[in-house]
Amino acid sequence: MKESHIMKIHYGTALAAVGLVAVHILMRLTQGFAQSLEYESVIANYRFLPYAGLLEIILILLSIHGFNGLRVILLELKQGRRYEKAVSYGCVAGMIGLIGYGTRTIVMTNMGMI
Amino acid sequence: MKDENKEGIGGMANPGRYGIERIAYWLMRLTGLGLLGYFIAHIYETSSILQGKMGWDEFLELTQTTEGHLFLTLVIGMCVFHTVNGIRIMLGHGGVGVGKPGRPDYPYTPASQNARHKIGIYTAIVLAAIAMMYGMAVMFGE
Amino acid sequence: MAHVSDLAEEKTTSVLSSSKIVTLRIARYNPNVDSTTKFAEYKVPVEKWTTVLDVILDVKKHFDHSIAVRYSCRQATCGSCGMIINGRPRLACFTKVSELDSDVITVQPMHNFPIIRDLAVKFERLFESHQKIKPYIIREDTEPALDTRDILQTPEELEEFIQFSNCIKCGLCNSACPTMATDSSFVGPQALAQAYRYVADSRDNGKNSRLKIIDDSHGIWRCHFAGSCSQVCPKGVDPAMGIQLLRGYMLGFS
Repeated sequence: MKESHIMKIHYGTALAAVGLVAVHILMRLTQGFAQSLEYESVIANYRFLPYAGLLEIILILLSIHGFNGLRVILLELKQGRRYEKAVSYGCVAGMIGLIGYGTRTIVMTNMGMI
Repeated sequence: MKDENKEGIGGMANPGRYGIERIAYWLMRLTGLGLLGYFIAHIYETSSILQGKMGWDEFLELTQTTEGHLFLTLVIGMCVFHTVNGIRIMLGHGGVGVGKPGRPDYPYTPASQNARHKIGIYTAIVLAAIAMMYGMAVMFGE
Repeated sequence: MAHVSDLAEEKTTSVLSSSKIVTLRIARYNPNVDSTTKFAEYKVPVEKWTTVLDVILDVKKHFDHSIAVRYSCRQATCGSCGMIINGRPRLACFTKVSELDSDVITVQPMHNFPIIRDLAVKFERLFESHQKIKPYIIREDTEPALDTRDILQTPEELEEFIQFSNCIKCGLCNSACPTMATDSSFVGPQALAQAYRYVADSRDNGKNSRLKIIDDSHGIWRCHFAGSCSQVCPKGVDPAMGIQLLRGYMLGFS
């Protein structure tokens, strides 16, 4: 993949995440911070499909943006073919792992599998 | 490192010699790494909901302490700075607000290091501070 | 007729007319012999117009002629005498002692360049990166047709790139760049600014080939707009501006 494509995705995920994370945080504040974190309230959030979808999209966007940012920092710290490949594949693996782990929480909670 | 005479991480960070733009550069990196760390921890933390009410409440207790609130305040600050400064950088990367090429005159003040971008950086810092104060008011006020 | 000795005498800074004595600390390092850099100190008389290069050459002439320093034009045109002066990359011939506001002047070789000896550094990588971006006009018709004159440009078209033509390849921008401090594969602000210089030239048709070269994992995207390169440029090239405008092309902004 060309670096320009990767960086366009990096910028795009950032911009999209800004809007969606703002909604996510506002949801905490409109309900009252402590109250919004109560078990019943959180479960209700997860079971509400549009909100669960929002969480999933935020998860994907921030994982891509975050791990690509980490890749950029690591590529600039040290160079070498093997190291750079390890960093790139490692970050992709980390990104997929985090999305998988977060998706599991969202899907299982949304479907009432707890 | 000695052969290539590279400045290394110390030189990369180097907040003292090159003004606010260089400070913004390393703050962007630090906040980015901090936010990624928080994000991973947040995903792990929220997965405790799969253990039922007891598991969730146990984990929640960890964050409902003074230290937990201070940590979240720091996260809020990092998040706001990274967002606002990120938007400034993205505009800059697109060539927006970096000045127009022209014949330079002595003492060659670089047009790209202009007041618009400096104001952008200071705005990011001030907004981060305001958000942190608001966050503290919300968390400690309840 | 003036003798060589007379000329040498004439150029020597007169101690009697000096207004101030400063301490010059020179980094001494020979990679073939030394394991670490040591600083040699010299007390040197200076006038208000004395440049750092004058001071170094005074020391070289009167105290230790084994000091390695590269210089040529003494008027910020050749780009040879770039070095770290009191912690910042500067041209020694373009920096007056009086503007440093210090009685101690510390000179070191430029960072992010391999050291040959003392203050002299290797420029191979900078020149390689510079050549890599094809620093020349690319056109199908390299020779003007018989019935046409030179390829004309409007003043506005000239303004688009003329600033970036001032680059003297001194390497100060590469020395100040935070990415270059750790990334030895990064193409660097000097070469990227020159890429913009040719891409912005209305006579040039090589935009696509140049953008392809710099669209690499150690290319233009490793610039994070810290702007240190522009802050140290002694010719007002403003590489940071060129790089962002170039990236603007790649992002479709311009």
